[in-house]
Amino acid sequence: MDLYEYQAKELFAKHGVAVVPGKVCFTPEEAEAVATDIGTTVVVKAQVKTGGRGKAGGVKLADNPSDAKDRAKDILGLDIKGHIVHKVLVAEAADIASEYYVSFLLDRTNRTFLAMASVEGGVEIEEVAVNNPDALAMIRVDALEGCTLEKATEIADAAKFPAEVREQVIEMLQSLWKVLVEEDATLVEVNPLAKISDGRVLALDGKVSLDDNAQYRHEAHLALIDNAQTDPIELRAKEFDLNYVKLQGEVGIIGNGAGLVMSTLDVVAYAGEEFGGVKPANFLDIGGGASAQVMANGLDIVLGDPEVKAVFVNVFGGITACDAVANGIVQAVGMLAERGEPITKPIVCRIDGNNAIEGRRILDESGIALIERVETMDDAARRVAQLAAGK
Amino acid sequence: MAIFLNADSKVLVQGMTGSEGTKHTRRMVASGTNVVAGVTPGKGGQEVDGIPVFNNVGEAMAATGANVSVVFVPPKFAKAAVIEAVDAEIPLCVVITEGIPVHDTAAFFQYSENSGKTRLVGPNCPGLISPGLSNAGIIPGDITQKGRIGLVSKSGTLTYQMMFELRDLGFSSCVGIGGDPIIGTSHIDCLAAFEADPETDVIVMIGEIGGDAEERAAAFIKDNVTKPVIGYVAGFTAPEGKTMGHAGAIVSGSSGTAAAKKDALEAVGVRVGKTPSEAARLVREVLTSL
Repeated sequence: MDLYEYQAKELFAKHGVAVVPGKVCFTPEEAEAVATDIGTTVVVKAQVKTGGRGKAGGVKLADNPSDAKDRAKDILGLDIKGHIVHKVLVAEAADIASEYYVSFLLDRTNRTFLAMASVEGGVEIEEVAVNNPDALAMIRVDALEGCTLEKATEIADAAKFPAEVREQVIEMLQSLWKVLVEEDATLVEVNPLAKISDGRVLALDGKVSLDDNAQYRHEAHLALIDNAQTDPIELRAKEFDLNYVKLQGEVGIIGNGAGLVMSTLDVVAYAGEEFGGVKPANFLDIGGGASAQVMANGLDIVLGDPEVKAVFVNVFGGITACDAVANGIVQAVGMLAERGEPITKPIVCRIDGNNAIEGRRILDESGIALIERVETMDDAARRVAQLAAGK
Repeated sequence: MAIFLNADSKVLVQGMTGSEGTKHTRRMVASGTNVVAGVTPGKGGQEVDGIPVFNNVGEAMAATGANVSVVFVPPKFAKAAVIEAVDAEIPLCVVITEGIPVHDTAAFFQYSENSGKTRLVGPNCPGLISPGLSNAGIIPGDITQKGRIGLVSKSGTLTYQMMFELRDLGFSSCVGIGGDPIIGTSHIDCLAAFEADPETDVIVMIGEIGGDAEERAAAFIKDNVTKPVIGYVAGFTAPEGKTMGHAGAIVSGSSGTAAAKKDALEAVGVRVGKTPSEAARLVREVLTSL
């Protein structure tokens, strides 16, 4: 889960990373009140989980509370790269002398953690990496040893932080490492990390990604989830504990196993090229078991997407035999009918693996007219694309 | 021969007394695996289907000569379980558990690297099978047979799909390395082992979006693999990965995409199937022409 800037800064503050005072606001009036409390020039910043806010007009200075109210009015409701602004952060405006960059992140390639630091902050760090790679220090951090004082010093010196901020940066690196470890984050990034005119080094922006697998040991993280930005079908799927991702397309997809489902999306998209660019409408992995209940919930979710014209159920029976999977599909259709939501769209099924012959017989003899069984994955993808295209 | 797992493998199951552990222990035994012990702290002295349960991995190894551990314990306890296995110096530890916090995995991976005694497979993987010899994990034992294809894959069901499509030809070993951001045994480790295995004639490598393991495997193939390799990559139409945030993209460049992986593999002469079935056809073609 990626956090908003204000949430990231709350975690920073909790672990001793220096930030400027500020508060999240949902209305122009709140922004005015917060600006009054702060009492100096403030910055009003759109809270969206995407970059390029400044260029999109999502970050503005305000000299006084009434100005802050107006700026908040301008920014709330903005569309920044498809993200609608529902809240702003109102924070003390800092008098920036220098902008730096620091981050810690999971390094998949080396199967450890990585620190990145640069005295050229305040710009897209990817640009620094490409245009001036020598200005970006990248130092591995051992998962067992962590960011010790020695390691933090190594990072700060590798990035050539000037003497007057070196000690503060070293301390901040150790605090940021605490955020990474104690909050189970996979990324903590400060850009810019700024030296302000009074000499202090502060995190002026913050980015944190949390590991969803570690949710169970962080009760407090539940409060950070913001469902307002989540697709409504994805939210419903989550209630059913289903692994669903909404895409833009016409073919609903249900499969078992993340790899097979990803592969199904690809195969449908290839087949769809032949039918005017028909595309998969979603990713849905119902897992290994594929019981009737889970299948019914899956069909319910996928058919709840008005874009969907036809559904492709692609299951490989490995641990669960195909006859059980086929029974699951038939029962699921029955369950939906009982709920008063009988299926109205064609469902193309491909089941293969253990007991495939018996499973196919069950589907063929089910008497459900909208179920169409196709032998292979490639042929089934072609057929469902054709149905979705109305051909 | 096969790789990592063979007829001499003696398997212990960490978490055997749990429901998943018991279910899959039975499946492993049914597919011919020599399961010699279970490990559950506090349940030493019990038995599951006549297989003795021990309190810890060290005791189980001493009493039974086990040399492979399969870990089914819940995410919360997985780190401690793996560290215990590494401390006992078990040669192969297969972590099936899904949902382990990545900080825990990073820690136990580093711990096993430091010890240098244990090969880790997984986590979040289906395990590995050498058909007809041994099966360590949850891969269905009856969908294929012994043969001369070696398979390494990030994905469970795509592994099963491939095993099933090529069941008439059969496999030397199939290794599900897992789909987590940090995993122990890599594509490269398996490619190296298959290259050295006299019972493997052709290698299938299945990848998916995220990270740069496939690109690095391609570089490895170029310099080190003489056997034919057929590839498949899933996720061309998947939305942009959200796991890493944009700072993460610097580490792997633009190499997290399926297209980049396919291109990297094709650039070193690996034929990449457009669909799993096409990949299976390519394997068939290569194997029958040898």
